[in-house]
Amino acid sequence: MRRLVLVSCLMLAACAQQPPRDDSLYQSLGGQPGITRIVEGMLLNIADDPRIVAHFREIDIERLRDKLVEQFCVEAGGPCRYTGDSMEESHKGLALTPSDFNALVEDLQLAMEREGVPVTAQNRLLARLAPMRGQVIDR
Amino acid sequence: MKALLAGVLLGATAWAQAGDGRLLATGGATSLEGAAGGGITPWAVLAGYGERGEWGAHAFGTRVETGDYRLDVAGLAVAYGNRIELSYARQRFDLGNLARGLRLPENSLSQDVFGLKVRLFGDLIYDRLPQVSLGVQHKRQKDFLIPSLVGAQRDRDTEAYLTASRLFLGGAFGYNLLINGGLRYSRANELGLLGFGGDRRDSRSLLKEGSVAVLLDRHWAVGVEYREKPDNLGFAGESDWADLFIGYFPSKRLAVVLAYARLGEIATLDNQDGAYLSIQGSF
Repeated sequence: MRRLVLVSCLMLAACAQQPPRDDSLYQSLGGQPGITRIVEGMLLNIADDPRIVAHFREIDIERLRDKLVEQFCVEAGGPCRYTGDSMEESHKGLALTPSDFNALVEDLQLAMEREGVPVTAQNRLLARLAPMRGQVIDR
Repeated sequence: MKALLAGVLLGATAWAQAGDGRLLATGGATSLEGAAGGGITPWAVLAGYGERGEWGAHAFGTRVETGDYRLDVAGLAVAYGNRIELSYARQRFDLGNLARGLRLPENSLSQDVFGLKVRLFGDLIYDRLPQVSLGVQHKRQKDFLIPSLVGAQRDRDTEAYLTASRLFLGGAFGYNLLINGGLRYSRANELGLLGFGGDRRDSRSLLKEGSVAVLLDRHWAVGVEYREKPDNLGFAGESDWADLFIGYFPSKRLAVVLAYARLGEIATLDNQDGAYLSIQGSF
């Protein structure tokens, strides 16, 4: 009986664990501290970017930072859960243009360059984020 | 040539308010015929960095030196809304050794190229479909005596090309990969510098062209290009062209391309390999 309980516990524990995932991008970005620095760097770049800074004036930057860190972590295969709104929901009414989207991409690229992220890892993250453009612009 | 470049730069400063809504290097360099793209082939991208609702423009100068010949090109292009591009290029082909050896009546051949390119659909990076553009080039050969003597049928002609371009993020072992392919419908001899149509063939041919580039980072690209050419004139063969290039994009204002070009046989002289240098300012 005790043996059966033990086996059941082990099986439950195995089931409760996430399936093994590829977190190599998450590691390349420097894990949680690295992603946090990248997101904060990007937000600082945006603050200096006259092309798009106006879109960020009225929002809670700390919450945005936390949600972006979650999102980048998830996209990079890290051990996180995204708790923010959908991309469509969070960009509703902003009427963002393709130029606005690219401006943010550039602010992110600059932040990753400064953080010393390898070019190939930068490209992998951008490739994960690029398909979201349709949910971001013209909303 | 210098006056033309100066004029081009002056004109270009008028576009100083142009947008830069597209990512670095996605305006490409400038092809020999003035359209935005690679060196010997156009890409589906439009001149400058303007996105929707924005202007873009570029001015450029290019020199190709093969030892026997030299080609100088200068021109400019403007684009609006990442949709439509108008371009102009003046080409001057210095016959060098050939003119001296054969005591030719002229030592250079010049041509004007007026270009129109329209993005039909798709996007270089984001859409499901690659960016596809249709282009038309009207060419006017300015020194027609030599071309007429070797069999060229006319000194002006219009040709069309369809081209598709796609940037694959991380597509080449993690590096961004740009693939470009096009079809051209043309009877231009040596771009049109030796006129259009010939004694051997006077109808247009469907010609393949394309390029592959790897972006080492945001500023550097290396790649190869290929362009099929017609063979209309009986007096000499005309070779397909290819090159290996390295492009440097320090900012959205400047691009420099250096290439090793294999131009094959040109007007009876074979093995015309040489250096290609192009400098482009974008606005």
